Amino acid sequence: MASPVTLVTGARKGLGRFVAEQRLARGDRVYGCSRQPSDLTAPGYVHVCLDVADERAVRQMFSRIRKEAGRLDHLINNAGVASMNHAMLTPTAVVQAVLATNVTGTFVMCREAARLMQGASYGRIVNLISVAAPLHLEGEAIYAASKSAVQTLTQILARELAPLGITVNAVGPTPVKTDLIRNVPEDRIASLLARQAIPRLGTPEDVDNVIEFFLRRESGFVTAQSIFLGGVC
Amino acid sequence: MSHDPEHVTATVRRLVRDWCAEHNEAGERPVDLTAGDAAALFGVERVLDSLALVRLLVAVEQGIEDELGATLTLADEKAASQQRSPFRTVGTLVAYATARTVEELEAAAHG
Repeated sequence: MASPVTLVTGARKGLGRFVAEQRLARGDRVYGCSRQPSDLTAPGYVHVCLDVADERAVRQMFSRIRKEAGRLDHLINNAGVASMNHAMLTPTAVVQAVLATNVTGTFVMCREAARLMQGASYGRIVNLISVAAPLHLEGEAIYAASKSAVQTLTQILARELAPLGITVNAVGPTPVKTDLIRNVPEDRIASLLARQAIPRLGTPEDVDNVIEFFLRRESGFVTAQSIFLGGVC
Repeated sequence: MSHDPEHVTATVRRLVRDWCAEHNEAGERPVDLTAGDAAALFGVERVLDSLALVRLLVAVEQGIEDELGATLTLADEKAASQQRSPFRTVGTLVAYATARTVEELEAAAHG
């Protein structure tokens, strides 16, 4: 069987980079994308510079994947931006930017991936959500709301795409040491961890483990699910 | 890329008919290709279900991109705003997709 073809968004650094490297290690042919260039060079890896909310650029990337690889097996929607601020101090421009990347970007990626996957009647889509939504974190109203939207998107797309052999699931990490939480004060992280059943920071391996489960061919009967790490529910 | 309407029409008609022929082989409700452009697709004389229509439109869009170099979305606001659905028959779909493709190619040519 030919190597699976995987697309990871937000693949330049952090979780996305880790997941892209794990997929390469498992033998996948990997396309990664991010706004900035990547220094990851490996056989089987192609990096595309784009903004996930730029519909035209996203369509061009999928056209390239279709012409070069002929198919897409996995999409991991990792690209996301966070904004921590009190609601009363959050400008509309920030709201629009967070929604554009986290919601519109995820939707466009799912739509284009499904168009490519339906040709083979097979596909696995994994969206990254966050414990910020179920924990109703103060100061993260827009970020958490955007991730709630992605969770609902996941559940509905799962139903729309099930007849095409495509599963859609989501994983919600706890805070992981990446740039996304770089500016979050330590005492806030500590109080967040205290609300988890397992009160520790997550690791990229924790997240990849769930992604790997959703991507497995044997997981074809698992769709519309959201798994939150650390015992958050 | 050529945007001679006759060439575009012939290409789009072939893309639609090829997809229908493949669909018919699957043994589901077949599209009556012997009826030519009058063959019913979607609407009152519904032959395709919603999902089959989606697959048809995706295949036609991908074929248009590959063979004619135009990137377009057929099921957009323009299609929804038509008094009668452009997806009723092979002929209406071919006419609509051809018009959209020529529009797109001319827009690209004029930059």
